[in-house]
Amino acid sequence: MSGQTPSQTVGPYFAYGLAARQYHFPNGQVADGVIARDDSIGRIRVIGAVYDGAGAPIPDALIEVWQADAAGRYGAPGFGGFGRCGTGTHPQALFAFETIKPGRAGAAAPFLSLVVFMRGLLSHVFTRAYFDDEMAANAADPALSQVPAQRRATLIAKRQAGEGLPTYRFDIHMQGDGETVFFDV
Amino acid sequence: MIDEKIAPRDWSAHPPLLYPPYASTVLRAPTKPLIPLKASLAELTGPVYGHDSCGPLDHDLTKNARRNGEPLGERIVVAGRVLDEEGRPAPGALIEIWQANSAGRYVHHVDQHDAPLDPNFLGAGRVVTGADGGYAFRTIKPGAYPWRNHHNAWRPNHIHFSVFGASFVSRLVTQMYFPGDPLFAYDPIYQGVPAGARERLVSRFSIDLTEPEFALGYVFDIVLRGRFATPFEERRA
Repeated sequence: MSGQTPSQTVGPYFAYGLAARQYHFPNGQVADGVIARDDSIGRIRVIGAVYDGAGAPIPDALIEVWQADAAGRYGAPGFGGFGRCGTGTHPQALFAFETIKPGRAGAAAPFLSLVVFMRGLLSHVFTRAYFDDEMAANAADPALSQVPAQRRATLIAKRQAGEGLPTYRFDIHMQGDGETVFFDV
Repeated sequence: MIDEKIAPRDWSAHPPLLYPPYASTVLRAPTKPLIPLKASLAELTGPVYGHDSCGPLDHDLTKNARRNGEPLGERIVVAGRVLDEEGRPAPGALIEIWQANSAGRYVHHVDQHDAPLDPNFLGAGRVVTGADGGYAFRTIKPGAYPWRNHHNAWRPNHIHFSVFGASFVSRLVTQMYFPGDPLFAYDPIYQGVPAGARERLVSRFSIDLTEPEFALGYVFDIVLRGRFATPFEERRA
C-alpha cells in the first residue's frame, strides 16, 4: 500500500507534450478543443480567459473539459466528451471549446467539468461551468447548492450576443473579488 | 456505480496551492478554500484513450523525431506501473510525457535557454499501460536547466508525466526525477511537495531494467487515487 504520487506543475513547456497540434508542433495530441464535430446537432462554443491575481490574462494555462452527452450520459458510445485547450495560441489568451451543451445527469443542471493546469499551480484545480440560460436547473443543482450564494456566479458561463454558433463566455479568476470557485473533489 | 467512492485527494502528499518560494504561485494560486464536492458521475467517470491513440514509436523518444541521425545524450529506459493506493494495477491508462533534451533545452519557443536544440530529438511521447498497469519509455536523459525563479535557479533533471486514471478526478500531472540529484535541495518545485512524499517523485535505478550495451534503466511507479465500492474510511500513514 503506497501513497498517492504527488502532483507537480505542468510548467511552461507542456505544449508539445499535451497540445502539439494546437501549438503547431509536428507530433499529434489525443484531444483538442473540438469535443463535438461540426456535424453535431446543437453545437455550442465555450470560450474564456484565465486571469491571475493582478488581473492579467494567463497565456500559458491548459484547460481540460469532461462532460456528459446531450442525454446526460458520461462515456457513452459516439461522444468522447473530453477536450483540451491551451491559452497560448489565441491573441487574447483565450481557450475555446466547440462542443454540445450536456444534458442533465440526474438532478444536476447541465455543466462542464474543468481542470486547470498552469505554471505556478503545483497542484491542478477543478471547477465547473454551468450555463446562464439554465437558471431553473441551476437552482436545483446539488453541487451549486454547496457553494455560497454570492460566489455561484463565478461558475456560470454567460451567453454572448451575436450570430453563428451559440457562444458562452466562462472566465476563470485565480484570485481577487471574483475568484472562481474551485472544488475539492 | 453511483454509490462508488473515490479516495480523497491526499493533501499530505500534494503540494499546497500557494508556495511562495515558487514565485509563480503568488499571483496564480487560489486564495479561498476549495469547496468540498461529493463525487458524482462526472467525477467517477473519465475519458478513455486506448492503444489506438499511440503510434508505434510514441513510446520511443530516441526514435520518434529523428531527421538525420540519433539524438545526442545518454539513452535511458523509464518503466514502471500505474497503481491505485491498494496496489491494484490501472490498465489502459494513458501516459503522456515531455522533457528537455540532454543539454537542458526544450523544443518550446518560450524556452530561451541558450543550450543547443537537437534536430533528432523532440522530447514528447505517450503510452497506454498494459493489463498489469505497466508501461515503458525509451528516451534520452534530460539535462538540468536554469530558470528565473531566483538567483542561480536550476531545475533538477526531470521528465513531465501526465496520467489519466479511471476517473476524471484521478487525473495527475507530475514530474519524475532521478536519484541523488544535488539540485533537489534548491528546487522549490520539488520542495513544494510535503516532506515524506517528495521521494515518491524520484525514480529508482534498476540494474534489472538496464539493457546491456544500450541504456540505463529507471523505475518510476505512479500511484493514483483509488476507487472503492464502499466508503473510504481512513488513510494509512
